[in-house]
Amino acid sequence: MNPPIASVHGHATERMFWTTMIILGIVFALTHILLFVYSYKYQHKEGRRAFFFPHNNKIEIIWTLIPAIVMAGLVFAGWKEWSRIMGPAPKDAVVLEVMGKQFNWLVRYPGRDQKLGVVNYRLIDATNEFGFDLSDQSGLDDFVAPEIHVPKGHPVLLRIRSRDVLHAVYMPHFRVQMYAVPGMPTKFWFTPTKTTDEMRAQTGNPKFNYELACNQICGRGHFAMKLNIVVDEPDDYVAWFSQQKSFSEQNPDILASFKQKTNKLASKAAAIPAAAVVPAANASL
Amino acid sequence: MAANLSNQAQVQGGAGVTEPGISHNEHTHHDEHHEQGFLSKYVFSTDHKTIAKQFLITGMLWAIIGGTLSSLFRLQLGWPESTFEWLQPVLGKWIEAGKLNPEFYLALVTMHGTIMVFFVLTAGLSGTFSNFLIPLQIGARDMASGFMNMLSYWFFFISSVIMFVSLFIETGPAAAGWTIYPPLSALPQAIPGSGAGMTLWLVSMALFIVSQLLGGVNYITTVINLRTQGMSMSKLPLTIWAFFLTAILGLLAFPVLFSAALLLIFDRSFGTSFFLSDIYIAGQALPNTGGSPILFQHLFWFLGHPEVYIVIMPAMGMVSEILATNSRKPIFGYRAMIGSLIGISLLSFVVWAHHMFVTGMNPFLGSVFMFLTLIIAVPSAVKTFNWLATLWRGNIRFTSAMLFSIGFVSLFIAGGLTGIVLGNAALDIQMHNTYFVVAHFHLVMGSSAFFGLFAGVYHWFPKMFGRHLDEKLGYIHFWLTFLGVYLVFLPMHYVGIAGFPRRYYAWTGFDTFSQFANLNKFISVAAILAFFAQFVFVFNFFYSIFRGRRASENPWNSTTLEWTTPVVPGHGNWPGAIPAVHRWPYDYSKPGAAEDFIPQNVPYSQTQSSNLPYEKEME
Ligand code: HEM
Ligand SMILES: [Cu+2]
Ligand SMILES: [Cu+2]
Repeated sequence: MNPPIASVHGHATERMFWTTMIILGIVFALTHILLFVYSYKYQHKEGRRAFFFPHNNKIEIIWTLIPAIVMAGLVFAGWKEWSRIMGPAPKDAVVLEVMGKQFNWLVRYPGRDQKLGVVNYRLIDATNEFGFDLSDQSGLDDFVAPEIHVPKGHPVLLRIRSRDVLHAVYMPHFRVQMYAVPGMPTKFWFTPTKTTDEMRAQTGNPKFNYELACNQICGRGHFAMKLNIVVDEPDDYVAWFSQQKSFSEQNPDILASFKQKTNKLASKAAAIPAAAVVPAANASL
Repeated sequence: MAANLSNQAQVQGGAGVTEPGISHNEHTHHDEHHEQGFLSKYVFSTDHKTIAKQFLITGMLWAIIGGTLSSLFRLQLGWPESTFEWLQPVLGKWIEAGKLNPEFYLALVTMHGTIMVFFVLTAGLSGTFSNFLIPLQIGARDMASGFMNMLSYWFFFISSVIMFVSLFIETGPAAAGWTIYPPLSALPQAIPGSGAGMTLWLVSMALFIVSQLLGGVNYITTVINLRTQGMSMSKLPLTIWAFFLTAILGLLAFPVLFSAALLLIFDRSFGTSFFLSDIYIAGQALPNTGGSPILFQHLFWFLGHPEVYIVIMPAMGMVSEILATNSRKPIFGYRAMIGSLIGISLLSFVVWAHHMFVTGMNPFLGSVFMFLTLIIAVPSAVKTFNWLATLWRGNIRFTSAMLFSIGFVSLFIAGGLTGIVLGNAALDIQMHNTYFVVAHFHLVMGSSAFFGLFAGVYHWFPKMFGRHLDEKLGYIHFWLTFLGVYLVFLPMHYVGIAGFPRRYYAWTGFDTFSQFANLNKFISVAAILAFFAQFVFVFNFFYSIFRGRRASENPWNSTTLEWTTPVVPGHGNWPGAIPAVHRWPYDYSKPGAAEDFIPQNVPYSQTQSSNLPYEKEME
């Protein structure tokens, strides 16, 4: 059945899902009972005549109105939840970016300034997979990570992009899904409720990992586009975050090439202390 | 018309009687006085009944191909770890060391979807029965333009051939899903299947759309202009209402897909950027800017969604008719049935973006589409309740056609209900592109439309070929298929709820999805068995054409006009004058009537004892 829920809005949609399924189950059972009972009971008998019953306005109105009312209820509930899920992310949300490519996911964090720097698909190459434009100052402390880390209990804003074809970020445990569209960044925010360790205990599976799957056909490796997600306790998250090295720091030659391009910006870059990056999100955790 | 009638030879009933050349329209004037040759009679025929059979048999061929493809990919999904060396001789380079090529898997899925939706259920179902029944049931000698009708089949045929050829080209057929979303489909360098295979897909679809438009214009014109005397719109059988509205849907929606395909061809070949922007692929940054792949989705689904109704509405019409005939009752709520068909048709144009809730569109737009989508449940519910009320207190005859019609109602309910989950945007976040969707649409449009198709074939086979299909084989076919469908698609809901994504070549890489190994095997076994059960039907069909029990003119004691023709109607349909129509099509078990059915062409003056005040209302 449904993968265990690990996000705040997941609990709400889960309730709505099962409520809907129960209503549908009742309708399914009732109509099928009628379908089979009638078929059985009114089988052809010699000499019997069917009942001439071409219409009846009253029951037709009734069985138009009842589904309409039930639907109105479901639409209203769905609309409220949908608007809440899709509403703007809280200001203090932890931000990260996921980029889909054939056939992998790339992850980028904004660094301590909480601002994702400019990227440009024309700058992409084998080392600069994201297309960092390091002449943008806010990108200097951005770092890329091999997997996603997010803190438990804190809103997370996922920024999503693709650099080639459509992909879709699908994280079944968090009830998160959003397309990755080249040329049109998308987003989704959610609040994880259980750390990976807690989930391992709950499922009794010591090897449990949250998984991010690609859910839009994207070619040969579509079925294998997987990324692990780690939900940490907030403290662990901060510790992890502060250990990461920025892209510019790890690729001095790329930084240097931008330096050559724009001396002015480069001097700003040089002014940024390399070590001791503290995530801004820390303040609010 | 009257001029034509005079020079018509009388056609005797019975199979095997050669038809005299009958002039019924100016275009056949030249062959008025001589026998038609084999070519003009069976190949380039302008007779709507022959064209219907051409559509039917071509559709059956495609169904076998489409089903074979699904058996192949189910094999892979059931046993992703196994090797299939024995397939090597058939699949050649698409299987390496016994492992199916993942790209080829996607091509299989794509071709299966395209074939089933367009070639089987649009051309094979709608093409067959619209062609066969419209002139016969409205009392016309043929379609408005027999020549265009013939072209419609041949465009379909050529489009078919091109799609078929694409299965054998070096780089494989299109592999971007039947929805062919760009950029995958727009960039020949993206995957092998977006090269020549995609080009052929687009060309084939363009021709297919031409075929649809030629057919559709004809159906609409015929229904509007060629109804026999007394056949007002409010006396039309529900089948004709369904075909008529379906044709209108096609006429409005297919050109949008055509334009999308055209723009896609431009993006692929002429450097435009309708659907492309900011792309780095295969080691290169492309120059395209300013387009949007999401725009394509809007265009695609503007056809794609009405398309599912194009597939299912003809089935609804035929099922309504068969349920009434075999319950020996009027269809309940004739007007509400028409009203709900119209409602569904209108609404089907304003819900397309429910396929796009998670593509990053404005959430407000999502709310609007959720609202419109869920409203469709209301006319659908009305139809369902009316079908049930038609069975109530009937005198039900379980012909094979009736069984498939009851099966249709069951599948339509089951599949329709899960649509309510998917129409809810908040829930679609989890369900989109999972097997829940696959299960849903296979029940509601795949299987139930197929059931409508089978019901129609069993029911009208005597009119097509002058013989009956074997009922025992029909029973076996029904039960195997009915059970098969539920055994395949119910478990698919289950894996879908658990998040299992569609279009996955294997699920072994993910912990989350690996827990259903056994269920996947089960689905595969059921699917392959259900597929093979269809050969019972194929055998029955071809055997009965030659050896089936001979039919009489009106074997089901039906009321509609097609049963007033000779057993096998010849060119021109009625040997003498076309009967005039006096009453609505569902006078079954009328109180006071001698028999339990009164055909539409029987005047009220002949049935005094059974004329009810109700008739006044039906005017
Ligand atoms: C024996 C019967 C059938 C079986 C077992 C079957 C199975 C499947 C499966 C498992 C998929 C999903 C593959 C994937 O997403 O990875 C699929 C896709 C599909 N099927 Fe069927 N199918 C059957 C009959 C039909 C029929 C009658 C239709 C007619 C509407 C149909 C239309 C489609 C479509 C449109 C797709 C989507 C293709 C795509 O994703 O591009 N199928 N089928
Ligand atoms: Cu992908
Ligand atoms: Cu993918």
